[in-house]
Amino acid sequence: MEYAYIFIILACIFGFFMAWGIGANDVANAMGTSVGSGAITIKHAIIIAAIFEFSGALLAGGEVTQTIRKGMIDTSSIAGTPELLIYGMLAALLAAAVWLLVASYYGWPVSTTHSIVGAIVGFAAVGIGMEAVMWGKVGTIAMSWIISPLTAGVIAYALFMSVQKLIIDTADPFANAKRYVPVYIFMVGFIISLVTMFKGLKHVGLDLTTMQAYLFSALIGIGMALVSKIFINRIKHEPSEDKDFHYTNVEKVFAVLMIVTACAMAFAHGSNDVANAVGPIAAIVGIVESGGEIAAKSALPIWVLLLGGVGIVIGLVTYGHRVIATIGTNITELTPSRGFAATLAAATTVVVASGTGMPISTTHTLVGGVLGVGLARGIGALNLRIIRTIFMSWVITLPAGAGLAILFFFILKAIFE
Amino acid sequence: MSNYVFRMFGSSPMRPLQDHMGKVHLCAAELVNFFEAVIAQDQARITASQQAVVELEHEADKIKKSLRLSLPKGMFLPVSRRDLLDMLTMQDNIANKSKDIAGLMLGRQMQLPESVAPLFLTYVKRSVDAIAQADTAINELDELVETGFRGREVKVVEKMIKTLNQIESDTDEIQIQIRSIMFKIEIDLPPIDAMFIYRIIEWVGELADLAQRVGSRLQLMLAK
Repeated sequence: MEYAYIFIILACIFGFFMAWGIGANDVANAMGTSVGSGAITIKHAIIIAAIFEFSGALLAGGEVTQTIRKGMIDTSSIAGTPELLIYGMLAALLAAAVWLLVASYYGWPVSTTHSIVGAIVGFAAVGIGMEAVMWGKVGTIAMSWIISPLTAGVIAYALFMSVQKLIIDTADPFANAKRYVPVYIFMVGFIISLVTMFKGLKHVGLDLTTMQAYLFSALIGIGMALVSKIFINRIKHEPSEDKDFHYTNVEKVFAVLMIVTACAMAFAHGSNDVANAVGPIAAIVGIVESGGEIAAKSALPIWVLLLGGVGIVIGLVTYGHRVIATIGTNITELTPSRGFAATLAAATTVVVASGTGMPISTTHTLVGGVLGVGLARGIGALNLRIIRTIFMSWVITLPAGAGLAILFFFILKAIFE
Repeated sequence: MSNYVFRMFGSSPMRPLQDHMGKVHLCAAELVNFFEAVIAQDQARITASQQAVVELEHEADKIKKSLRLSLPKGMFLPVSRRDLLDMLTMQDNIANKSKDIAGLMLGRQMQLPESVAPLFLTYVKRSVDAIAQADTAINELDELVETGFRGREVKVVEKMIKTLNQIESDTDEIQIQIRSIMFKIEIDLPPIDAMFIYRIIEWVGELADLAQRVGSRLQLMLAK
């Protein structure tokens, strides 16, 4: 294949740019609540986010990457012309990246997941043929875009109710917060590590049995609970601070939980969204490496995930602090006990979706979580116009991604042939 | 780049509503000072006190206006928007009524007959107590959001509302006593003055009524 290296280099540049955008933009979703409530500084938020986004991308990003790479296109019809798939994947990356730029310039809501899925389906349906799209799988993905915010909403509602029952609505909320918050932290550690380990860590040299996965997850959970217990025990009850608002001290305990949840969210985000940037790269690398054959069984090269992880981290280091700073002041209404319920619900949903290879929108899932707490009458005021905004992002992003991808596909085809 | 998760959070109307009630309470509480000045027939103090009432009413008005603007349709709130706006209007009526009382008494240079003056002061104080109690109950709104309008906190507020109702019925008792004294002495008063004293009796009673209605509206919010 004559332009093999050019294709790979182009793919890496586009993909890296996408990863940068994802890191710069979405880091606020995970860390914004913690910074806004004053639990941690922006600098700490960036460091924490960098560590967990990167590990999420590397450890749990494989499944979704495989879906983007080869889950949506039936390659049997283009077995003889693999370069079509290369043009298509390059076009999809370029389309999503350009759309990301245009949309953020005008301040439109944009989901990178939706743009990349729209782009791939678009070039496949028009550039190759309607029969090349695996409509069943694409339908499942579209369904998951509806189900994931709903699931997060239900989990958030349940979490918020449990916090009310166990902690807030008791005779001594402060003592109960100290008692139960480590239990929640155990849950966070256990669930996130279990889902990650279940999907296998073979690609980083860890091969675990089911029993081992349970055991290690429990150990991670217990370890996190113990460490957080040390921090929680340092929090002293200051009766004077409760004068104006009776739950000030209780919320201080929840702040510890919220930081842990923010780490989980960063991990979940890395695991799902890295695929949007590196899935197409993986597809192109796969074809080039196998000498032009569209191998359905080839393994995912780990450096591709690394590239995505590094891109996300650079994005959040160079630009993320600005995004966090602008929203940090806006969300004083979100106390840690609410922020935790909404974020943990979203993180759990996203990690499970990552495990099953579903590319979903982390932002939409988080919105679902927040609405869940709102429905439990836990938030002072929510702007419901955001639902319309989400709907808009569906209506605009899918055809825009598809249209741009089709355009770039034919341009690339004309250039290289 | 857009971060529309965080554009979801509107500013909670609970704190401003509490602030508004705080101002209304201050405004009504100034009436105690005003009536003391009227009874002492201290003209300078009467004028100053009436000015203070007017100013506090203005400040409450400002909070009211900005709260109304921050509650556009499409906001998802833990209580109904209608209930919140009604509550605000009722609180506002307390401040307006206080301003009317001070204004009318200053304008007509009203004096209270000696035989009714001490009881009248008790009457005003008890009405202001009702407003203070309503203020205390309203101050639990942010705690109610924290508890999702459930459980112990709801019981705490319900107890406060019960106390508020008792205070209001106290003011009814005192009003009956004042009216019976007035009935005996009204024949010796200039008829128009007597008429206006009756009007002030009514209005002070309305202050307590309004405070009670703020409490009932809060109870409605809890019930949903």
